[in-house]
Amino acid sequence: MPDFALELCGLSRYFQLKKGLFKPATVLKAVNNVSLRIPPGQTLGLVGESGCGKSTLAKMILGLLPPSEGDVLINDKAIDLSDRLALARQIQPIFQDPYSSLNPRKTIEQIIRLPLQLHGVGDAASQRRAVKDISDLVGLPERLLRQYPGQLSGGQRQRVAIARALILKPAILVCDEPTSALDVSVQAQILNLLLDLKQELGLTYLFISHNLGVVEHLVDKVAVMYRGQIVEQGDRDAIFHHAQHPYTQALLSSVLTPEPGLGLPELPDSSQWAQAS
Amino acid sequence: MSQPAVSLSPATSLLPVVPEWRRMLNRVLGHHGLTLGAAVLGLIVLAALFAPWLAPHDPYAQDVSQRMIPPIWHDKGTWDHVLGTDKLGRDYLSRLLYGARISLTIGLVAALISGLIGTTLGVLAGYFGGRVDAVISYIITTRLALPVILVALAMASLVGGSLQVVIILLGLLLWDRFAVVARSTTQQLRDAEFIASAKVLGASTPYILVRELLPNILSSLIVVVTLEMAHAILLEATLSFLGLGVQPPLPSWGLMVAEGKAYMFFQPWVIAVPGIALMILVLAINLVGDGLRDMNAPEGRN
Ligand SMILES: Nc1ncnc2c1ncn2[C@@H]1O[C@H](COP(=O)(O)OP(=O)(O)OP(=O)(O)O)[C@@H](O)[C@H]1O
Ligand SMILES: [Mg+2]
Repeated sequence: MPDFALELCGLSRYFQLKKGLFKPATVLKAVNNVSLRIPPGQTLGLVGESGCGKSTLAKMILGLLPPSEGDVLINDKAIDLSDRLALARQIQPIFQDPYSSLNPRKTIEQIIRLPLQLHGVGDAASQRRAVKDISDLVGLPERLLRQYPGQLSGGQRQRVAIARALILKPAILVCDEPTSALDVSVQAQILNLLLDLKQELGLTYLFISHNLGVVEHLVDKVAVMYRGQIVEQGDRDAIFHHAQHPYTQALLSSVLTPEPGLGLPELPDSSQWAQAS
Repeated sequence: MSQPAVSLSPATSLLPVVPEWRRMLNRVLGHHGLTLGAAVLGLIVLAALFAPWLAPHDPYAQDVSQRMIPPIWHDKGTWDHVLGTDKLGRDYLSRLLYGARISLTIGLVAALISGLIGTTLGVLAGYFGGRVDAVISYIITTRLALPVILVALAMASLVGGSLQVVIILLGLLLWDRFAVVARSTTQQLRDAEFIASAKVLGASTPYILVRELLPNILSSLIVVVTLEMAHAILLEATLSFLGLGVQPPLPSWGLMVAEGKAYMFFQPWVIAVPGIALMILVLAINLVGDGLRDMNAPEGRN
């Protein structure tokens, strides 16, 4: 058993920003010397405001963007970008926007089955069986398999994305704000699904969010990112109850509801809505 | 697994169970321009396909005793030659039917060649960006700076006009709109997460371009196909009219107009018949193109 399923060593990514034809390019340190470690089976929540470099970090981990400096290690070995197929069997993404993460011209079955085809796993019949099994696992009704992404709801689409990510049985999932494009009630369903899958399959998650509240129930550890750097990391309870860094404290205060137990505000004319639906 | 992972109720949605093709058909029929265009175009295609059975005469058979017979709606018209005959006594209806084959072939093949060239260039430029885009954009701009008709005329007079030459020339000249449309639609899609997802899964770049990206830009390219088909058909007629396109005795509609131009003051139908046929064909193709463009517009979902 390796010590860490996923380890980032001094990972950095710089972007050259051209300001004008004759002005010197400035360098944006989108991700700056980030080191993180996730033991197998654990979940690390990476939180930070919009634009702090979370997605850039995720892209480097997934091999979609070459790092400017530093290494990504999976099971204690640096990832090998020349062998994408091997990488794909170890780590898979779940993206933020389920409306753009599924090819609109393919049926759900084709989408979920694609990884098996690309990797030449099994024959057609066993692939179809695997698609059915994984759909059951993520709670996707079988009748949806013949439909196109345009006919599915956001929550259903995100389940499809999860099924596609899991069908190669990777050990690590990188979830880049997997619920922020969803309706609040659907968010909870997807989060619960991810939690169940983690327990059932022993998955390791890197869970990215700009919302501390979202990660609270899901994560074992939290890392807080601010302007490309990790400003604080530690166990969940330590971060949630004894945050040291002022930025973390600010993040925390912005997610806590003013008075717990107050409930939702009453809509001025809620009866009208009840009837309409 | 003893327990299904999801005890939460899977989000159920009760979508109407109207089959996809039914919905599509209703939508197409609801669009009058598209219906009309498709019907007319379909008729012309059928006429071209079945020309050997439909044509009352051999389109090349000359009969000097039957020269310049006017169409049936004239006093001197005969049922034997419904649309009359030309200066060599060839049956006009038969020539018109066979001419449809030439126009449609040229339109289709030229549009396919240019579609292949333009789509390839546009997709590569849009997907890879950077240097590749700079070079291809330069090629596109160069092409846009060329006056198509002048280049086609010059080349045709250099090589000599023929059906094949016209098709290849137009195929090599009319790809610019394909390239522009393919480039911009590819640019919109290249950062889509389903492309990133295919990359992470280890799909090769050709697979991503052909299987993931292309199907998504095809619908906009179909519209360009119709535009360029109409364009190619008109250019062929122009070249043939000027004597640099399809050569006699082939019954190209442009050539028919050219051959009749000496008679147009006293027997105007000689140019009116092929001219109107050309107009109807181009109009039908354009109606289909406009209709397809409307069909592509979002339907409130997807
Ligand atoms: N290809 C690029 N070229 C230049 N700058 C980039 C590029 N990609 C990202 N950036 C910049 O890097 C910074 C971090 O972007 P990133 O997408 O990682 O943010 P994020 O934390 O995921 O934000 P969000 O929560 O909104 O998704 C941003 O300032 C962004 O403008
Ligand atoms: Mg992001």
